[in-house]
Amino acid sequence: MENEVRTYTVTIYTENQIGLLAQISNIFTRRSLSIWSLSAGASSMEGIHNITIVTDATEKKIKEVVQQIEKRVDVVKAFFYTAEKIVYRELALYKILTEDLLKCDDIEGLLNRYHARIVEMNKTFTVIQKTGHTTETAALYDELKEYGVRQFVRSGRIAVSRAMQEPVFKFLQKREREAEKYRKQTNKQ
Amino acid sequence: MGTDNNKKAITGSEALWRSLEAEGVNTVFGYPGGQIMPVYDSFYSCGTPIRHVLVRHEQGAIHAAQGYARVKGEPGVVIVTSGPGATNVITGVVDAMTDSTPVVVITGQVANAALGTDAFQEADVTGLTGPICKWNYQIRRAEDIAWAVSRAFFIAKTGRPGPVVLDFTKDAQNGTVEFEYKKCTFIRSYVHIPKPSDQAIEKAVELIDKAQKPFVVFGQGVTISNAEPELMEFLKKGDIPAGATLLGLSALPSDFPLYMGMIGMHGNVAPNVKTNECDVLIAVGMRFDDRVTGTVSTYAKQAKVIHIDIDPSEIGKIIPVEVGIKGDAKQVLSAITSKMKESKHTEWVDSFAACQEVEQVKVITPEVAPGEGHIKMGEVVDCVSRVSGGKAIVVTDVGQNQMMGARYSRFAQKRSFISSGGLGTMGFGIPAAIGAKIAAPDRQVCLFVGDGGLQMTVQEYGTIMQEGTGVKIVLLNNNWLGNVRQWQELFFGERYSQTRMVNPDFSLIAKAYGIKTRFVENRKDLEDAVSEMLSDDSPFILEVHVEENGMVMPMVPPGKGINQIMLTDKEWFENV
Ligand SMILES: Cc1ncc(C[n+]2csc(CCOP(=O)(O)OP(=O)(O)O)c2C)c(N)n1
Repeated sequence: MENEVRTYTVTIYTENQIGLLAQISNIFTRRSLSIWSLSAGASSMEGIHNITIVTDATEKKIKEVVQQIEKRVDVVKAFFYTAEKIVYRELALYKILTEDLLKCDDIEGLLNRYHARIVEMNKTFTVIQKTGHTTETAALYDELKEYGVRQFVRSGRIAVSRAMQEPVFKFLQKREREAEKYRKQTNKQ
Repeated sequence: MGTDNNKKAITGSEALWRSLEAEGVNTVFGYPGGQIMPVYDSFYSCGTPIRHVLVRHEQGAIHAAQGYARVKGEPGVVIVTSGPGATNVITGVVDAMTDSTPVVVITGQVANAALGTDAFQEADVTGLTGPICKWNYQIRRAEDIAWAVSRAFFIAKTGRPGPVVLDFTKDAQNGTVEFEYKKCTFIRSYVHIPKPSDQAIEKAVELIDKAQKPFVVFGQGVTISNAEPELMEFLKKGDIPAGATLLGLSALPSDFPLYMGMIGMHGNVAPNVKTNECDVLIAVGMRFDDRVTGTVSTYAKQAKVIHIDIDPSEIGKIIPVEVGIKGDAKQVLSAITSKMKESKHTEWVDSFAACQEVEQVKVITPEVAPGEGHIKMGEVVDCVSRVSGGKAIVVTDVGQNQMMGARYSRFAQKRSFISSGGLGTMGFGIPAAIGAKIAAPDRQVCLFVGDGGLQMTVQEYGTIMQEGTGVKIVLLNNNWLGNVRQWQELFFGERYSQTRMVNPDFSLIAKAYGIKTRFVENRKDLEDAVSEMLSDDSPFILEVHVEENGMVMPMVPPGKGINQIMLTDKEWFENV
């Protein structure tokens, strides 16, 4: 079990420090792990950023990597999940010439089947958006190919855990209490 | 603080010196250059009491700071210029990271507007050092100096210590700031002392109480956490024998009855063999480097392993554990000691003697008292240790000299062994010895160095001369890159590729720098020369022409288990 390679989603919460993203991706490189997808942005907590990385690894290795990531001073917390433990999506955009797309008899039916929608349509081109798992966005791409997809981009994976709270929240609360203790200590000195 | 009416604006450069003063720094090691000139100018005029040691190469500055930090237990400070000055410290930054040494490195940097434009002497210092240091930060505004410096010191010295790099742009140096300093004591994202779990401690106590053949291996974590007395108490109460890693040396006095010597590739036979015989292995403040474990797959397989470390990422990384305790060694050891019962393991403890006896006869005596033939490296180290009464701080370079310095030095005091362990950086020795001596001016500092390593940082003779630093340099000259030569002899069919050194007259180099020197090649002169060297507090270089084909034994060859030990190039240890 420990040695079986599986796909893991790693969620990392960080203080916003310049250069941290490079340091984190570097940890994956050092341990010879490929990063399949990466996305970064603000989290719901002020001042805390979220980085989501998808990689293939053994459980032993991913545990070690997550600990090495947490060791970076400006990383607040890092977690790893297999697919069942999270709800996750990617976003895909497809650009097609409008006149080509109109050759399709049932655009609406096609889009409905894929839960996709048109986000922009003008005389020259149309942009279709779909969210889902990689296999689903790829399947839509395969169908649209017939009409000539001029551009196709896919975002990195984003994920939320199945826990009721942002998993880093408890940790931050605990640290807040500890900070209070330290403040009192230093004031005494 | 509070009333800030009388705060006056100072330059960023001065704010740096004031910040260092506020951190209690009294010595920095550095080298000036274009992009750090405002800082040096401020040093000249701002009246800081801090001493600046001018080295001869930036690598010398960082190794000196490492030596200083390891002896003092406080961060060593380095100040260098941008570009080449910064890249010259890189080796030392990695070395400090691997060996958990607190250093704060301040590098000059080009003006903000020039950042990222390949400006003259610009190097991407935060990019370069990101993966190899504990934390780095580019200070671009004078207002950020106090914050960044206080954070840097806190990070460098707490938790598992390490190097921190502050990249200090021209704008920040030249800007002005109303200076106010507050020490950093807390960083939200950084748990510097993880709280040990009570459950884990209880489980450890249970295992230790039940153990018939417990064994402790300890590393530098004991020194860093000042846990030497707690370790001793723990060993005494449990009657548990212990072995030290290379960097763990001197945490226990060499004559402590339960101290069984050094573990690892060139460690002592008994603790290595017993590692694979004990029933409970307790690892304290060490990280199972492959030079310690030999083949991991056969290491201590029979034992239940308890691993205590302040760095949670080390626990279970190399050796699977029964109990992992994250926490500070001092705290964890005293908690365990107070909870465990007093034990006696007389038969087990006595069983180490048979292995020790074999090593004594086959390896140690022939090395330290050969009686005839060329002088041996171990013999020199043994003589220095004897004459100094084991009170000197021993510094080593890397190679055979290092292993001999480690094997045959005896220690009476803690923080007495300084060596580049994890990275094995040749050239570490001379500057580290300088830093050590500056940190402990009242102690003798003896460096063992080879003819190869000496020439990697020999320029620091200049620093010794200028500062009058009384280091004692023992050059163990075998006219080879001895350690590599040994491997070529043993494992590469005696093909001595590029290891023969044609050496200069080392005494002339010493004389050029006005450093007292003496050359010894006859056994009868050795003790007298060592006594002369140690008779005063001035710099001294003792060159000993040692047996050229000497080998460090015992040896666990690469790829072998920790109990598969060569005693000589022809004989293997057979368990008794
Ligand atoms: C910077 C660096 N380069 C190369 C090595 C590889 N190396 C390890 S030991 C050694 C030989 C050291 O020779 P010397 O300094 O003469 O010491 P001796 O082993 O003879 O005591 C070499 C080349 C190293 N450890 N560090």
